[in-house]
Amino acid sequence: MTALGLFNYWAVIFLMMVGFYTLIARGNLVKKIIGLNIFQTSVFILYITMGKITGGTAPIFVEGGEDVIYSNPIPHVLILTAIVVGVATSAVGLSLVIRIKEAFGTIEEDEIQDESL
Amino acid sequence: MVEFVDIALLVLLGITAFSILRQKNLFAAVMMAGIYSLLSAGLFVVMDAVDVAFTEAAVGAGISTILMLGTLALVGHSEHQPQHRPILPLFVVILTGAVLVYGTLDIPQFGDASNPAHHHVAPHYLEESEHEIGIPNVVTSVLASYRGYDTMGETTVIFAALVGVLLLLSLGPRPRRVVSNGQRISDTDSGKPVSEGGVEEAQEDTLQISPEEKTLGDTNG
Repeated sequence: MTALGLFNYWAVIFLMMVGFYTLIARGNLVKKIIGLNIFQTSVFILYITMGKITGGTAPIFVEGGEDVIYSNPIPHVLILTAIVVGVATSAVGLSLVIRIKEAFGTIEEDEIQDESL
Repeated sequence: MVEFVDIALLVLLGITAFSILRQKNLFAAVMMAGIYSLLSAGLFVVMDAVDVAFTEAAVGAGISTILMLGTLALVGHSEHQPQHRPILPLFVVILTGAVLVYGTLDIPQFGDASNPAHHHVAPHYLEESEHEIGIPNVVTSVLASYRGYDTMGETTVIFAALVGVLLLLSLGPRPRRVVSNGQRISDTDSGKPVSEGGVEEAQEDTLQISPEEKTLGDTNG
């Protein structure tokens, strides 16, 4: 798997930047939250990439497997926590979007700006 | 074979992310986001993170998508064409990407067993957790035992998010009051919320509602 070298990291950076661009360049608030989710997932992929060992297997003990290589379990634990926290964050974000829609009648950034002037 | 699957999934993820960016219909964008989550769950299986893959498939592709669809039902699902030119965001994104790629140049190679990440506390978990905790799945024993406080903190975050969502959604647009001459007109006698007042006035006002009034307003509305 060393043939892959840095490919995974570069793919993660590409995904991250697509999410980041969606977040800062799109005016629609729901679209921004989708962009945030893309960004989050790319960070998860980055961590899991770091935990992978070539020729390894999932870190669950197998019977009589003394010379089995297990991948690093710590990034997995961290990302399990991060996934759940990420969903909690987007839930709060989406309910803010609903409140903004109720208050301004729109979820487009520039229209909200016009209205609040 | 593993390399092939890895590359194929990453390319598909890239295509999906890009088409989410281009998509003007928010309903389609949310569906694509579900596909994106599911593809990343597949990638986690390839990279030996089976527990993460479960969670991503259930929570990322399932619950997130449902939350977004629920939001779209309330806010509508078409996106306007952005009016300003995207030159500045594009510049920021390319610059950040370039800096990050520069940062990867001396990062350890993918899959190398001698990476520093594998040499701190991970070997201890892999060697001892079977005797110390007695669960074959190392991720479970780290999550529930070695890093139990971490998981408890996570639960606190979810609770805080739940309270936030409930507060945000339960305040609602219901008891809108009009402020005239500095005096607030109560709507409790009429039994109906006064909603003629502009949104701007009602907004500052909802923040000043005392708890008793709020309960009344809720039961009325």
